[in-house]
Amino acid sequence: MKPTDIEDPEYFHKVIDCQFACPAHTPVPEYIRLISEKRYTDAYMVNWVANVFPGVLGRVCDRPCEPACRRGRVEKEPVAICRLKRLCADNRDFGLVARFPVVPSEKNGKRIALIGAGPASLTVARDLMPLGYTIDLYDEQAKGGGFMRSQLPSFRLPEPVLATEVNYILDMGVQTHFNRRIESMKALLAEGHNAVFIGTGAPRGRDLSDLPGRKEANQWIHIGIDWLAGVIFGHVSSIGKRVLVIGGGNTAMDCCRTARRLGGTSVRVMVRGPRAKMKAAPWEIEDAIGEDIPIVDNHVPLEFVVEHGRLVGMRFAKVGVGSETGGEEPVFFPCDEVLLAVGQLNAFPWIEPDAGIRFDRQGLPELDPRTLQSSLPQVFFGGDAAFGPRNIITAVAHGHQAAISIDLFCRGLSPLDRPAPQVNLAGQKMGVHDWLYHNQVTATERQAMPVRTKTKTLKDRLLEVELGFDQQVGQTESLRCLNCDVQTVFRADLCIECDACVDVCPESCINFVDNGTEEELRARLRAPAENLAQSLYLAGLTPSGKIMVKDENVCLHCSLCAERCPTSAWDMQKFLYLSAQAGQL
Amino acid sequence: MTFHRPTFRHPELPPNDAGYHRQDYEGGISTLCAGCGHDSICNAIIQACFELALPPHRIVKMSGIGCSSKSPAYFLGRSHGFNTVHGRMPSVATGANMANRDLVYLGVSGDGDTASIGMGQFMHAVRRNLDMLYIVMNNGCYGLTKGQYSATADKGSKGKKGRINELESIDLCELAIQLGAGFVARSFSGDKQQLVPLIKAGLMHKGLSFIDVISPCVTFNNNPGSTKSYHWVREHSEATNTFDLVPFQQTITTEYDGDTVQDVALHDDTVIHLHKHHDAPDITDRRQAIDNLEDHKAQDVILTGVLYINPNSADTHELLHTCERPLNSLTEDDLCPGGPALEAINAAHR
Ligand SMILES: Cc1cc2nc3c(=O)[nH]c(=O)nc-3n(C[C@H](O)[C@H](O)[C@H](O)COP(=O)(O)OP(=O)(O)OC[C@H]3O[C@@H](n4cnc5c(N)ncnc54)[C@H](O)[C@@H]3O)c2cc1C
Ligand SMILES: Cc1ncc(C[n+]2csc(CCOP(=O)(O)OP(=O)(O)O)c2C)c(N)n1
Ligand code: SF4
Ligand code: SF4
Ligand code: SF4
Ligand SMILES: [Mg+2]
Repeated sequence: MKPTDIEDPEYFHKVIDCQFACPAHTPVPEYIRLISEKRYTDAYMVNWVANVFPGVLGRVCDRPCEPACRRGRVEKEPVAICRLKRLCADNRDFGLVARFPVVPSEKNGKRIALIGAGPASLTVARDLMPLGYTIDLYDEQAKGGGFMRSQLPSFRLPEPVLATEVNYILDMGVQTHFNRRIESMKALLAEGHNAVFIGTGAPRGRDLSDLPGRKEANQWIHIGIDWLAGVIFGHVSSIGKRVLVIGGGNTAMDCCRTARRLGGTSVRVMVRGPRAKMKAAPWEIEDAIGEDIPIVDNHVPLEFVVEHGRLVGMRFAKVGVGSETGGEEPVFFPCDEVLLAVGQLNAFPWIEPDAGIRFDRQGLPELDPRTLQSSLPQVFFGGDAAFGPRNIITAVAHGHQAAISIDLFCRGLSPLDRPAPQVNLAGQKMGVHDWLYHNQVTATERQAMPVRTKTKTLKDRLLEVELGFDQQVGQTESLRCLNCDVQTVFRADLCIECDACVDVCPESCINFVDNGTEEELRARLRAPAENLAQSLYLAGLTPSGKIMVKDENVCLHCSLCAERCPTSAWDMQKFLYLSAQAGQL
Repeated sequence: MTFHRPTFRHPELPPNDAGYHRQDYEGGISTLCAGCGHDSICNAIIQACFELALPPHRIVKMSGIGCSSKSPAYFLGRSHGFNTVHGRMPSVATGANMANRDLVYLGVSGDGDTASIGMGQFMHAVRRNLDMLYIVMNNGCYGLTKGQYSATADKGSKGKKGRINELESIDLCELAIQLGAGFVARSFSGDKQQLVPLIKAGLMHKGLSFIDVISPCVTFNNNPGSTKSYHWVREHSEATNTFDLVPFQQTITTEYDGDTVQDVALHDDTVIHLHKHHDAPDITDRRQAIDNLEDHKAQDVILTGVLYINPNSADTHELLHTCERPLNSLTEDDLCPGGPALEAINAAHR
């Protein structure tokens, strides 16, 4: 196996599991450390730069970072990364707007149109405004936020939290055109913007139009996302007592919990497949169950049952493990209303076929995945409109990438020449046993989130369920972070092979062995290196001709190796990795 | 500041046959100098006890005074221990062993603790062939009192401040062979591949097992010109043999090219399979063993590995004909069997 190239910024980036897993590569351990020092505003700014909506995401992010978190491999549960983000948002100094980048009063003469005011477009605006671009933002809604405003229920995301962070961007001087739906792409193109960004999401909810009874029962059947928007905008304020929600994703979870708040006393979620394969996040499923909503899995809808001109229930086929249709009798579930949450579709009826933008067979635009540029060079896509429905943080990540592409494009450069990330390695040593970071690994378990009681929250759909960590709990939780950004950096030329690091390492990460192929090396280390997603750090040769192999998998970043090394062959260095943003070279 | 080792351990490391994890054999966090050879030996002891699946509460660790002698604080935190005065570990170990012969005795000492102040104690413990493993962490100096030469420092070796040692050195292994130890070996703290099996064999062997482990003192005796530095030892050591310890006759087959095998049975069914060059001396022959050491010394080579084994060694209890039961378990009834028994004894002398 070849020695590891630690000059490649992606090597140490990958060691920071959470940051690497975050689509926008938020420097997670950096902000968690700031929280542990109660520097909430600084922590907020680290987030804001990377993910634009810390207050929103600190509540409703899909949290791809948490399943990736190293702590989950070392003990039972990952660090509550998302909830800590909310803590810094809750405790930030609201004067922080003074720290935002300055928007030049003199514009650079380029005009950009953003269609849809969801997180993707708003991120493009945030990144391009400080560079002097003139931004026209169009949305058919009356306010900005996209699905974050029209879909996410207030009991998970209070409106003022969203509004504040959307306004941070709009207040930079974005020219908003709300209540305006773009009906013709060709007409928009004719307005002569230098570039157009399409962030219109995946706005159409899937139906079950082929199911018997669908037409007859139409009055009592609602498309989930339309119904949720109806609730948020006040058009819908009640629902029948017995409700069936069809689908196993996050939309289904929001539908069922909202139904409980609008008068549904017996609300059930009906899922086609097994519970373990549901798309909804585990914590959302738990929250739904906590609100007395049973999840009925392995039930495939067969028909809407209408009697005397009224929906009375639905029939399902109960399926066994692995088979789509079981031999059993269909099962009947009575209900008054049905909410369909069976997926979302992209729809671009307003983009004329001859506008120059090519779509694939699934109706998705043909894009270069790195630049998000479409077949019409000045048109870029991002968010759910680009590759189908994802989540907010992915939309933000797309926004950053599209902003880079648009900026390069407008400057006459190739969007393919991506700017490099900004990285920095900083030594942490202060003395023999003193480090600039808190290297003591705590054994504390994940802190629980305090919540309002069900009796209160089920009565008022605007009441937020989660109360957020207080500062004390937040600090305790923040100290669970293993500082995966503080890298163990090895220099073979200094090693005298005393074995002190091997002996002291609590996780048996370090080995001095003869070289071999990666596969074979993984099998003969002190502890089996079976997690192939985690790198082996290889360096050498030592004076006696061995190589050092470190399995990064469960390293605690505790610094003991560096403390026990007599020659400082090991050093702890903090690696800061900031993804490139528009305007950087 | 790091005063505690994190409690987390690699989740995929399995327990041993007795159900203990390696962590159960660990001790407190070391306060020795970073890079000290003694730390490596501590870890080799932990590994050996773990691999032998010895219940930690059946082990007794004994030591004297010195950096080496304080190291039992850093391993086997759940075992019994006695930190004696300087050089007196062998007598206290003898007493403990007399009281309870059922425990496993592990003595840890330094070259100063053994070859200077404790020399008399050491020699007589060896003569008694006390059933224990006696490890000397040999750094050629008095580490704890800031690096004065010890009696094992080689003649001509240079100290940190440039002074040459003019005195003849004592070879503790040769002494141990001469004085009747049943198992004698030498090793290097930086070679766990060799050291761990040696410690295992030493623990299994009945009678006095002696291992002299060269263990560089990074702070006072790791300089160029020192014959106890990491560098010098690595450049100048040669292994007598490689071997497998096969406890209780489990079958292990390993391949070593061009070697011949010599099997030495220990007291129970444990066997040491030695792999060595065909012209290497017989390690059950005292005279050949000492010659072998001297021959290599003349060539500036430190011979490591198993140096000598006496397969027929009889330990103190055997020599003294003590009873099978540990003395500390004998009750008043056992010790004072009463008038008729006394009568019988007296009658035997008439
Ligand atoms: C019920 C529900 C719950 C969800 N919960 C979460 C969650 O908890 N966490 C999470 O991360 N993600 C969640 N998501 C997904 C998330 O909302 C989306 O992935 C994200 O908002 C996509 O952002 P976007 O920028 O692509 O566009 P969107 O947020 O979808 O915004 C698109 C905007 O474009 C406007 N628009 C569309 N067409 C036109 C047009 N022709 N002219 C003008 N305006 C137009 C729309 O009105 C809309 O405002 C949820 C989605 C749903 C449906
Ligand atoms: C009776 C007595 N004499 C002298 C000392 C001082 N003293 C402490 S440790 C030591 C030598 C230790 O040398 P060694 O056994 O080689 O241990 P090391 O520190 O080198 O591991 C001496 C002389 C003492 N503690 N007690
Ligand atoms: S322990 Fe901290 S730095 Fe490491 S993955 Fe988890 S949150 Fe990120
Ligand atoms: S920081 Fe060093 S000692 Fe600590 S777990 Fe990682 S490799 Fe082991
Ligand atoms: S502690 Fe330092 S000198 Fe010793 S083996 Fe490890 S890296 Fe090498
Ligand atoms: Mg010494």
